[in-house]
Amino acid sequence: MTYQPQADFGTPESRSTEQVTLTIDGRPVTVPAGTSVMRAAAEIECSIPKLCATDSLESFGSCRLCLVEIDGRRGTPASCTTPAENGMVVHTQTPHLQKLRKGVMELYISDHPLDCLTCAANGDCELQEQAGAVGLRDVRYPVEATHLGQAKDQSNPYFDFDPSKCIACSRCIRACDEVQGTLALTMQGRGFDSKISPGLASENFMSSECVSCGACVQACPTATLVEKNVVEIGTPDRSVVTTCAYCGVGCTFRAEMRGEQLVRMVPWKDGKANHGHSCVKGRFAWGYAQHAERITKPMIRDRIDQPWREVSWEEALGFAAARFTAIKADYGAGALGGITSSRCTNEETYLVQKLVRAGFGSNNVDTCARVCHSPTGYGLNKTFGTSAGTQDFDSVDDSDVILVIGANPTDAHPVFGSHMKRRLRGLDGRPAAKLIVIDPRRTDLVRSPHIEADHHLALRPGTNVAVLTAMAHVIVTEGLADEAFIRERCDWEEYQDWAEFVSLPTNSPENLSVVTQVPAETLRAAARLYANGGNAAIYYGLGVTEHSQGSSTVIAIANLAMATGNIGRRGVGVNPLRGQNNVQGSCDMGSFPHELPGYRHISNAETRALFEKDWGVTLHPEPGLRIPNMLDAAVDGTFRALYVQGEDILQSDPNTHHVAAGLAAMDCVIVHDLFLNETANYAHVFLPGSSFLEKDGTFTNAERRIQLVRKVMTPVNGMADWEVTQALANAMGFGWNYTHPSEIMDEIARLTPSFAGVSFDRLDKEGSLQWPVNDAAPDGSPIMHVDGFVRGKGKFVVTDYIPTEEKTGPRFPLLLTTGRILSQYNVGAQTRRTENSMWHGEDRLEIHPIDAEDRGIRTDDWVKLASRAGETTLRALVTDRVAPGVVYTTFHHPDTQANVVTTDFSDWATNCPEYKVTAVQVGASNGPTDWQRDYDEQARQSRRIATIEAEAAE
Amino acid sequence: MNTQKSIVRISDDALALALGADKLAAAFEKAGASVERVSSWGMHWLEPLVEIDGIGYGNAVPGDVAAILAGTAPSIGRIEEHPFIAGQQRLTFARAGKTRPLSLEDYAATGGWVGLEKAKQMAADEIVQEVTASGLRGRGGAGFPAGIKWDTVRKARSDQKYIVCNADEGDSGTFADRMVMEGDPYMLIEGMAIAGLAVGADKGYVYIRSEYPHAIAKMHAAARHCAHIIAPFSVEIRVGAGAYVCGEETSLLNSIEGRRGEVRAKPPLPALKGLFGKPTVINNLLTLAAIPWIMNKGGKAYADYGMGRSRGTIPVQIAGNVKYGGLYETAFGIPLGDLVETIGGGTASGRPVRAAQVGGPLGAYVPVEQFHLPFDYEAFAAVDALIGHAGITVFDDSVDMAKMARFALEFCAAESCGKCTPCRLGSTRGVEVMDQIIAGREVEKNLGLIEDLSDTMKFGSLCALGGFTPYPVMSAIKYFPEDFKHRDFTRETERAGEDA
Repeated sequence: MTYQPQADFGTPESRSTEQVTLTIDGRPVTVPAGTSVMRAAAEIECSIPKLCATDSLESFGSCRLCLVEIDGRRGTPASCTTPAENGMVVHTQTPHLQKLRKGVMELYISDHPLDCLTCAANGDCELQEQAGAVGLRDVRYPVEATHLGQAKDQSNPYFDFDPSKCIACSRCIRACDEVQGTLALTMQGRGFDSKISPGLASENFMSSECVSCGACVQACPTATLVEKNVVEIGTPDRSVVTTCAYCGVGCTFRAEMRGEQLVRMVPWKDGKANHGHSCVKGRFAWGYAQHAERITKPMIRDRIDQPWREVSWEEALGFAAARFTAIKADYGAGALGGITSSRCTNEETYLVQKLVRAGFGSNNVDTCARVCHSPTGYGLNKTFGTSAGTQDFDSVDDSDVILVIGANPTDAHPVFGSHMKRRLRGLDGRPAAKLIVIDPRRTDLVRSPHIEADHHLALRPGTNVAVLTAMAHVIVTEGLADEAFIRERCDWEEYQDWAEFVSLPTNSPENLSVVTQVPAETLRAAARLYANGGNAAIYYGLGVTEHSQGSSTVIAIANLAMATGNIGRRGVGVNPLRGQNNVQGSCDMGSFPHELPGYRHISNAETRALFEKDWGVTLHPEPGLRIPNMLDAAVDGTFRALYVQGEDILQSDPNTHHVAAGLAAMDCVIVHDLFLNETANYAHVFLPGSSFLEKDGTFTNAERRIQLVRKVMTPVNGMADWEVTQALANAMGFGWNYTHPSEIMDEIARLTPSFAGVSFDRLDKEGSLQWPVNDAAPDGSPIMHVDGFVRGKGKFVVTDYIPTEEKTGPRFPLLLTTGRILSQYNVGAQTRRTENSMWHGEDRLEIHPIDAEDRGIRTDDWVKLASRAGETTLRALVTDRVAPGVVYTTFHHPDTQANVVTTDFSDWATNCPEYKVTAVQVGASNGPTDWQRDYDEQARQSRRIATIEAEAAE
Repeated sequence: MNTQKSIVRISDDALALALGADKLAAAFEKAGASVERVSSWGMHWLEPLVEIDGIGYGNAVPGDVAAILAGTAPSIGRIEEHPFIAGQQRLTFARAGKTRPLSLEDYAATGGWVGLEKAKQMAADEIVQEVTASGLRGRGGAGFPAGIKWDTVRKARSDQKYIVCNADEGDSGTFADRMVMEGDPYMLIEGMAIAGLAVGADKGYVYIRSEYPHAIAKMHAAARHCAHIIAPFSVEIRVGAGAYVCGEETSLLNSIEGRRGEVRAKPPLPALKGLFGKPTVINNLLTLAAIPWIMNKGGKAYADYGMGRSRGTIPVQIAGNVKYGGLYETAFGIPLGDLVETIGGGTASGRPVRAAQVGGPLGAYVPVEQFHLPFDYEAFAAVDALIGHAGITVFDDSVDMAKMARFALEFCAAESCGKCTPCRLGSTRGVEVMDQIIAGREVEKNLGLIEDLSDTMKFGSLCALGGFTPYPVMSAIKYFPEDFKHRDFTRETERAGEDA
């Protein structure tokens, strides 16, 4: 088979409900008003030649190949820019049109290298295809001037730019503008001198503003912008649609393959979360799956100071099962536990919690959501009745006001960030949405090309609740609350209690500005805009949850949405931006110690009975231990064995010293991962994991959208992760016999009402489903709480602002907050093993010029970052993105170990760590701290793998 | 001599300045005369032209001051009776030569603001009806009826609409826009304010090419001085950056928006989605400048001038190798030959006229055999020619039409925005092919190629820059084939010798 790209209709779909009927080449066609003649023709499989048009971009009309004749109209209009009209009679192929197209193509080819056979786009080139389509047979021009022989720009690690092959269609420039919204590309010069340029003429792709999202490469019709992999390997010959394993947006891609070799990941146009867009991670940074450091053989060791020993699966599983069984016998089921992964599939996560509950016999199961979105689950469940966001991503298209708090979507959720920016720029032709950003740092949404927040509330870290309460104060005291909505949908008594509380003079913006540092007028203006500006939607991230008052903040957000009636329809809602690909799914699957799948409390006998019957076991009725409690118990000697699937708690959890001590105290730690991660330094059994490319299953994204992950290649470790968990269960004698993840999903659907209608068959046919999918919502639920709250009446909960105990003082005068950057992902285990490190090779400490000046710190200087918990060193970046008194860093690199510095403080309700606020001091430094040096040595020792053959030979 | 001292009137139009009008004015002042700087009469071959009590003294230099003041210098007689002036029907240029450009008094005293006052008393659709009744068509070249365009904008629903004046007068041999801006700026602003009332726009932009510094300065001053009169309408002056293509309306809008001066595909029409995406009247300067007269005297009175579907008057700009170059406003219908031979007086070189290019660098070359053509949009279109912005450039018999054809393509290559392929690549390829023809290589084959290329550019280009370039090229080949097919290489060599 030859390469088949996705069909391209030339211009975007029209959303109009009005239909028009026209005749194209004698055939009638009916399309929505506003559809171009080109697209209307494509609907009846009449492909009008085109080069500058592609259906991800607005029509441009520059290539002049798509000219048509229309009865009653003069000349030869371009079909891409001419809207279809009722009664129009269009001719797409006439002798004159034929001659014109040949004439245009002859000009193109007069300035194009004729190296098709050795060109990377051979077989996947629109110019080549259209030259054939118009029947060009000869270039008659006595050519002198050309653009051939220009130097290639190969600076980007993933794609090349060869200007000699450029046909100046501007598709790349428009993609950067309309799809991505970065506007990194431009056209230099004019006329014959027109040349695509990343930024200034002196720049290359790497030095420019380009964020390497791949939209330009995707849009390019020739080999001008082409993936290095395609240059290296050639065109793919088959494709499999699957779901990205990075952030919670859940982009779907066509994994384009040649044999079992992945050639490239191309965003899938029919993907409902990404609509054909991608970011540098999902599009390009999948090379970690084949990285040399990936461990493909099981390994064991008796003690963690020994080198690893590679063994067979049987031996490793037998070793692990024996130890776990023995520990259970000696110390009881409560000494055993497991951690599920938000990077693994729903089915795999489900199996791990099932292994813990049904196999180990404890409820000691927790997940990495503990350290990110556990307050979301708590807060939204409490107020609305479901632990999930209320909207789908497309809902933002109907928003008039967007409030972003504690989230940085253009870096952490870039594809949705781009979607949001389109609405903020009004690219859909409707008035642009207004924007409120509540963030201590000046993120790109606050100000970047064509984007400017109407209000930026640069609050002091740790004062979210105070800011939201002050907003509620304005809304209630200025009479902006939607009382009709509240009376109909919420508990009126509870509302009145809440309204009385927020109306207290102590909660006024004027009064609270002392703690929040947000000017009262700015806050009042933002509150009025949120309440009065039409459809208002709130998007939030870890800047909300990772605080000692994380759950309170989520509740305060829910209160605001209810008070203003911004819930239950498109364009509004409360939207947590989930950090990991399947953090929603891992929470849904019963990963928390107190909940069975579907957020049903373990203490509920009825629910337990359902599972007990299906699983054939008796379940413990009490909630198990959370991660920090497991570690505490380990230090105390009562918790002794842990199975960790796909998570690196040593790097991702707070107070690294404490985590290390807990792990070191355990008798048996099983790490099931792709790499020898930091946690594996304390493990006794290493079970090699499989990447998302090597297994079937499902991920659930931030909009509750369940999408299929499809196996595109054989696992290099031999088994998919669900198979490994099953093998471990069976080694312990539990007798599981799943033959495919679809059977696991069938079990989930059988036992979980909100998943009742979900099956692999349906997902395969329909692309995706948003839970709940059940009798009440057979096709899923893009928007929740439409006719009323899931819990019945929406519940207002008073959220009193309680300052964190983490306070600045003379020794630690600055507040550290943490976040992510576009090119890296969480602890970096994946992205650090790709060329993405070219953009972000180390974590840097952002510090305001005034604070830097006081300390004699310049950009690039090594600085020591110290808190009450510990200290580390990294290099400084002096910038006014952060306010005076605030410093900021990312946490992608293990050698920085930002979590050595973070404290034990955590959310009062869920123990979600307070990553976003740490009192610190910053000073000049010569290099790494003692801890960093010791840690490096320990890690080096711990990662040794014995070369058995060599030893035997001695 | 009268006891009351006469006023010496000298133009401060850029053309007069270039010919020494400032020095001349200074000399008069030094001699004790009281000098008024006025607009230009538009008789360019006579500048600097001095007027005292209606009597004109042409081509004056400082050395003539004493004689002029003494009444002993040779005069051209009463200026208004000069045949070049007397033969015109000046509606738009009624004030030319007579008023001080920035004087609100002079403007008001000569019928200024009457049209605006009338418009203020009318409903928006009545204003549009008046313009429609006048038969006024766009003076930028396309000749689209102004009333219809205005009505489209009037009917468009939007929170904001704009009036944009295209004053990016880039055609070689044209200067009428410049003369209005430098000589009668309030008239233009009044026209824009009336347009604003007609369509519901409160903001206007005048986009002026950067090569017109005097016009830019005058328009800035005028917009400031009359702000209180046109309020709530306001006018902002924007200056181009040297691109010919920004005279194309959609490129112009992009340029005002701060974007690359690149043509936009239509639809959407600017009338519905124009400046900053809002409904916009974008008219040529001469179109807007005709409005105050139309509102003052009525659409019917305007429509009484002209022929066929070309109603009213057209300010013709006579330039090139011509004896009497200047601004000649006349009703449509005048034969081209009259403008070149009679009014223009034939060539300045004294050699026989060979061709006239009408409508700027993208207009067709009209041979003498077609000089009977009446100045009328349809009559010109019928012979593949165009009126454009009504500039006429005259050539004598020494012109090499192959080189003129090459020049048209070269001009297109230099000015192409680069968006559409026929213009971006076709213009450069055209120059290369013309070079082959001029060198006598495979002339028949290459002429065939030029013909095909012209067809591609004419029907394939996104805007008139690429689309009209074939007019001068193909008209030169059609009417002067001898310059292409049987080139006289001895003459070529002689010329080369002369150049050396």
